[in-house]
Amino acid sequence: MRLLPCTLNLKLMTEFLQQLGQNTRTSFTKLGRGSFFLLQTLSGTLSVLIRPRLLLNQMYSVGVLSFLIITISGLFVGMVLGLQGYYVLSDFGAEETLGVMVAASLVRELGPVVSALLFAGRAGSALTAEIGLMKATEQLSGMEMMAVDPIKRIITPRFLAGFLSMPLLAALFSAIGVIGGQMVGSGLLGVDDGAYWSQMQANMDFRDDILNGVIKSIVFGFVTSWIALFEGYDAIPTSEGVSRATTRTVVNSAFSILGLDFILTVFMFGDN
Amino acid sequence: MDNSAIPQNSLVSVQNLSFSRGNKKIFDDISLEFERGKITAIMGPSGTGKTTLLKLIGGQLFPAQGTITVDGNNVHRLRRTELYNLRKRMGMLFQSGALLTDMSVFDNVAFPLREHTHLPESMIRTLVLMKLQAVGLRGARKLMPNELSGGMARRIALARAIALDPMMIMYDEPFTGQDPISKGALVHLIKSLNTILGLTSIVVSHDVHETAAIADYIYVISEGKVVGQGTPKEIEQSESEWVQQFMTGAADGPAHFHYPAKDYVDDLLSTGKRY
Ligand SMILES: Nc1ncnc2c1ncn2[C@@H]1O[C@H](COP(=O)(O)OP(=O)(O)O)[C@@H](O)[C@H]1O
Ligand SMILES: [Mg+2]
Repeated sequence: MRLLPCTLNLKLMTEFLQQLGQNTRTSFTKLGRGSFFLLQTLSGTLSVLIRPRLLLNQMYSVGVLSFLIITISGLFVGMVLGLQGYYVLSDFGAEETLGVMVAASLVRELGPVVSALLFAGRAGSALTAEIGLMKATEQLSGMEMMAVDPIKRIITPRFLAGFLSMPLLAALFSAIGVIGGQMVGSGLLGVDDGAYWSQMQANMDFRDDILNGVIKSIVFGFVTSWIALFEGYDAIPTSEGVSRATTRTVVNSAFSILGLDFILTVFMFGDN
Repeated sequence: MDNSAIPQNSLVSVQNLSFSRGNKKIFDDISLEFERGKITAIMGPSGTGKTTLLKLIGGQLFPAQGTITVDGNNVHRLRRTELYNLRKRMGMLFQSGALLTDMSVFDNVAFPLREHTHLPESMIRTLVLMKLQAVGLRGARKLMPNELSGGMARRIALARAIALDPMMIMYDEPFTGQDPISKGALVHLIKSLNTILGLTSIVVSHDVHETAAIADYIYVISEGKVVGQGTPKEIEQSESEWVQQFMTGAADGPAHFHYPAKDYVDDLLSTGKRY
């Protein structure tokens, strides 16, 4: 029997709507589980603060071990900014303001965003894999049977460590980037060294530039750590499940970071 | 609470328990009793829900129907802190050992002590060495979990499970995947810990000989029902075809070797299909 085009369309349409409804439902239940997980994680904060050792160990593996990648990337991004900034600014004879341009780009945008993206790739994926494997090897279940709450003992310290490390890593990234810009700008291209620093000092605002940048990186740290830990905790406990969860961490973190950056920028710098 | 239906000397009592995973009924109205100071075995083929039963007893899963009582407490009615206090008195040995992979053997055994007591480190050291000595692995305290053989990992997990001097231990397939010597060591350990520490043990297993050698009472479960129960002797002489097949390991009987399928010849001749 030949299907009339409109019946066919109707059938496709129903299928599409069904699929859409199902996907929406799965996404929302996951969001619900994720929010509940976040509440549980946050409720463990006090018990972690009583035992700072747990937090310090995680600050080391989440934060300190990301130092190298953040430093090197910051240096290169700063050097490229120095080059590109110089080419554009020198057309207008404004190469003296190179320091402002480099510092503003880094502190407002590139520092928080790029370091958060690197953090998601370096530390976030490792967190997801670690938690997912702990789940797959029954370590979390085992802990629960030993009357130890795995969320408070394992998840909360990692969450706090990620959340506190992120602004520090972003600050490091920006600071190294500013030095990279100076190395290229005044070391290589002959911008006046004094002008590079004094213009920067005169034109950067603490509240508008630095504080807003710090707020951004706190938000990114919060979201990235949440995504990474939840994906691990929610992973299907098989090797394939953990590997997929790790991928989702990196992809979802990147989307969230870039999306939130846009929203935050609109609110922070919108009325300038 | 109404405990009248529970026999006096039962430590763990499972009554009219039903539990499903999706559409699959794992337990269908089963009742089991675990006597104090005894080793009770649960036997049955893989996938019947033996691990699930232990997780139900430990309060990690919730039954659809029925009650589970541990030392007079209805496990699924307890508040969170009460459940955690009860769990401190219940040891569980997971099939994989479930050792924390980022800690040494010593720290693994010390873990429950450090989490739940405020003992000084010197006391913890003494306790840990005592528990490790009990499982014969005091010399392995500096190793990391990935350096242990399967049998050693299970013995370390056992040392950890008895660290807080629990009243009972649940063993999930302690013999599976072990070489004969490790099996022997574990059989001996389970038996001697039970006598020396006065524990109540629940052993989940499908290793007929090892389990029959140490169990005081055996339940055989299949497809959500208890299909046989009794002392090892009674089980051996059971008239149930099902129990006989399980105990002797015959390939065919009430439980079939073949997964349900359509006729073999038909299947081979229907060419052109991918599966
Ligand atoms: N997390 C889970 N989600 C869904 N089904 C599960 C889960 N865990 C176990 N099952 C199913 O429950 C049944 C019993 O599993 P299990 O208790 O592990 O059996 P056993 O320990 O006797 O081998 C199996 O059919 C298994 O597929
Ligand atoms: Mg099992």
